[in-house]
Amino acid sequence: MHRTGELYGQFETLEQQKDSATLGMWIFLVTEVLFFGGLFLTYSINRHLYFTAFGVGGNMLDLRLGATNTVVLIASSFTMAMSVWAAQTSRKKLLPIFLLLTLILGFVFLGIKYVEYKQKFDHHLVPGHSFDLTYRINHPGPGDDAKELAAEREEIAGALRTEAPGGPQEALTALNAHAQLYFSLYFGMTGLHALHMVVGAGLLVWVLRESLKGRFSAAYNTPIEIVGLYWHFVDIVWIYLFALLYLINRHAV
Amino acid sequence: MSQHVVSPKIYVVILLALLLGTYLTVSAALRDFGPWNIVIALAIATTKATLVVLYFMHARYSPKRTQLVIVCAVFWLVLLLGLTLSDYAMRSPARSQLVFPACSESTQA
Amino acid sequence: MSEEFTLPNHKTPHEHYLNATYGIRSWLLTTDHKRIALLYLASVTFFFFVGGIFATMIRIHLLTPSGTLVTPENYNKLFTMHGVAMIFFFLIPSIPAVLGNFLIPLMIGAKDLAFPKVNLLSWYIYLIGGCFVLYSFGTGGLDTGWTFYTPLSSIYSNSAVTPAVIGIFINGFSSILTGLNFIVTIHTMRAPGMTWFRLPLFVWAHYATSIVMILGTPVVAITLLLAGLERMFHLGFFNPALGGDPILFQHLFWFYSHPAVYIMILPSMGVVSEIIPTLARKPIFGYSFIAGSSIAIAVIGFLVWAHHMFVTGQSTYAALTFSFLSYLVAIPSAVKVFNWTATLYKGSISWDTPMIYALGFIGLFLIGGLTGLFLACLGLDIHVHDTYFVVAHFHYIMVGGAVMGYLGGLHFWWPKITGKLYPESLSRLAAIILFIGFNLTFFPQFILGYLGMPRRYHSYPPEFQVLNVLSTAGASILALGYLLPMVYFVWSMRYGPAASTNPWPATGLEWKTASPPPTENFEVTPVVDWEPYDYRNRPDLGLVAGGRLAPTHGDD
Repeated sequence: MHRTGELYGQFETLEQQKDSATLGMWIFLVTEVLFFGGLFLTYSINRHLYFTAFGVGGNMLDLRLGATNTVVLIASSFTMAMSVWAAQTSRKKLLPIFLLLTLILGFVFLGIKYVEYKQKFDHHLVPGHSFDLTYRINHPGPGDDAKELAAEREEIAGALRTEAPGGPQEALTALNAHAQLYFSLYFGMTGLHALHMVVGAGLLVWVLRESLKGRFSAAYNTPIEIVGLYWHFVDIVWIYLFALLYLINRHAV
Repeated sequence: MSQHVVSPKIYVVILLALLLGTYLTVSAALRDFGPWNIVIALAIATTKATLVVLYFMHARYSPKRTQLVIVCAVFWLVLLLGLTLSDYAMRSPARSQLVFPACSESTQA
Repeated sequence: MSEEFTLPNHKTPHEHYLNATYGIRSWLLTTDHKRIALLYLASVTFFFFVGGIFATMIRIHLLTPSGTLVTPENYNKLFTMHGVAMIFFFLIPSIPAVLGNFLIPLMIGAKDLAFPKVNLLSWYIYLIGGCFVLYSFGTGGLDTGWTFYTPLSSIYSNSAVTPAVIGIFINGFSSILTGLNFIVTIHTMRAPGMTWFRLPLFVWAHYATSIVMILGTPVVAITLLLAGLERMFHLGFFNPALGGDPILFQHLFWFYSHPAVYIMILPSMGVVSEIIPTLARKPIFGYSFIAGSSIAIAVIGFLVWAHHMFVTGQSTYAALTFSFLSYLVAIPSAVKVFNWTATLYKGSISWDTPMIYALGFIGLFLIGGLTGLFLACLGLDIHVHDTYFVVAHFHYIMVGGAVMGYLGGLHFWWPKITGKLYPESLSRLAAIILFIGFNLTFFPQFILGYLGMPRRYHSYPPEFQVLNVLSTAGASILALGYLLPMVYFVWSMRYGPAASTNPWPATGLEWKTASPPPTENFEVTPVVDWEPYDYRNRPDLGLVAGGRLAPTHGDD
């Protein structure tokens, strides 16, 4: 097993090794762009077809938590970039601190995500047999704000009017089906993103441990750089997810 | 390859720009710009993403090869989204009958 | 150096990559690209058999119009499993994972690929994906067609769709990692002096293939994931009853699956580009055009996918666009065919087995490719879509093209890979048997399709029986053509005469090192200062312009 920093046998020079690692990570990120791209395509088409239902669904997401998460990830990208700087300038004491900050911010993101998911679960917004868009307005909980509930009730009523012709029962079924498409995509896209964050957290733990052993410096910092590339990519995906999932039709409420 | 060390000052500027972008996109979403809401949201998101790619991911300071890889990723994503969405955009029941008139009887079944 | 061409007493080198270390662990945990190539050889051959067994059952079933071998439901499973096994587990990995893995580092003068452990990982990922698919085959099979159209696959099918979809999803990562490894290797690991335009065309072909793998495979991965999730959790992306759209699935699926056919053919074209100059003893005609056309095929190949969807109700404009682009993608392929032909012209052609396969490739790929243009023509496609015309078209390219290229490559590089020679006369005979068997199997299918026999049908009108019987007869001859190489290749490993370093002789870097090569490929990293395919200017190999040209490879 090679220690980090050593020249691997297939390479002639450390520079060739670093070059390969960096190019390899960029190409891997290309595959990730196309991977998420398929989901974004599915989202775009369904949003176009069922804009009203998507609007209703989008407004059921907690904008404050979503915006907070966006800020958290942007901050974590900043601390990640600072880690790379610390490594490049051989600041061996500062490097683990920035890496740890990045990791902590990542956990904050995942924690908030957990809170959001739990809310959805409690409000019967997980696609499946118990999915019911009207659950929250019909069964208000103790923490629910009356104004918010009223706005939601009005929004759903408006959506029902524009959904399908036929009676209110058909409209409700259609609205529920289309909103389920929204929430399937919500859970699918944010879930896949969260999975990538978990992997990223794992990578951060790895480089954090190595950095605590003083392995990185101006002479050798490739792992920090490529973990950074991965982490920034995950941030970029969230930037788009936030814009598309949370901000559909906010001005209506 | 010599590494390009980007100054923390630049990182702070980018951080502030990204936070500003987040604030702007949320405020814009709470106002009614009609069909332009989505355009504004995506434009701000793309600006933020570009800043992350250029400065946090060092694309600005990377060799041409890396920049080509990034351009290809974006180009192929646009291809996937663009060509598929254009098919949807150009469909309508009337148009389907223009292409395949023989099918129009069966669609009435 | 004329002793190269007298009766040799070649000895296998004392130590090489096959005997450097012993034991099962040294193989299963190897990071040597050459050993990994052989691991892949074993596994893709296994899946070739799996797919072949299903093909045999299909052809036997179709001997009679009402088909008595299997029930209609099970017939659907036969053609599905044939397609899945052959496409995802044989054709897509075959040349890249076997020949590409073995040869690319040698051809560029490197010690290994950029990421040897990732290479080994890709093989294990392939195996795991294969296990899921075999599990699917064994527990109810798969009846959706290899194209997994929804909502049949995501809702209504009662077959084992979920494990199959998981298996193909996992296998996709094997493809992605191979492509990633190749691209990085070709960029960063070339020996000094090995500039881009000195690279063998085999390497260019694999570079283009890797671009397609990287950009296309993730899309089919997410597509199958969505279809699987829909099946497991009753979601509605592709289900019209819940507001979903089956056409969306088709778009996402074909965005990858059309470029996938270029993954299957480009490496074969690379093989042909190596064999032809060597065995015609002439520099390749139009090197940069062949190199550029590989990239052009890879790029344009991404613009044509909806030609699989002409009958789905596309608008006129979409159909016209995709039809036009499909015609466009034929041009770089035609450029290659012209250049190979021009290389052969006034060459000194020797009828070694690889040359037979290469020539067979050119002819059969031509027929397959031209019939592709028939299909790209909107008016004609309405008539022949979903008929045996399509089946014949893609088998001409996949089998007459890709598999012949694969076999030609195996024969061409076998002396390098194993250090042994296979029996020449038997191998030529097998190639001819294969060629005859292939045409007898698939040419009647063009006629059947044109006459209106639909594909994926378990029965057919009695007037089509003669052609179907001819096709099945051809398949039995084709099977013999495939079995013979398997037998004599295995025979040659034990009993074949030792091969010299450069039996053909050929000008690539891989031929400058021992047969079989040492583990580290080259004793000393080569420095390249010559142009590729300089067959008229290599006195060291007995090849000079105007001089007596070398005879066939020196084993007989």
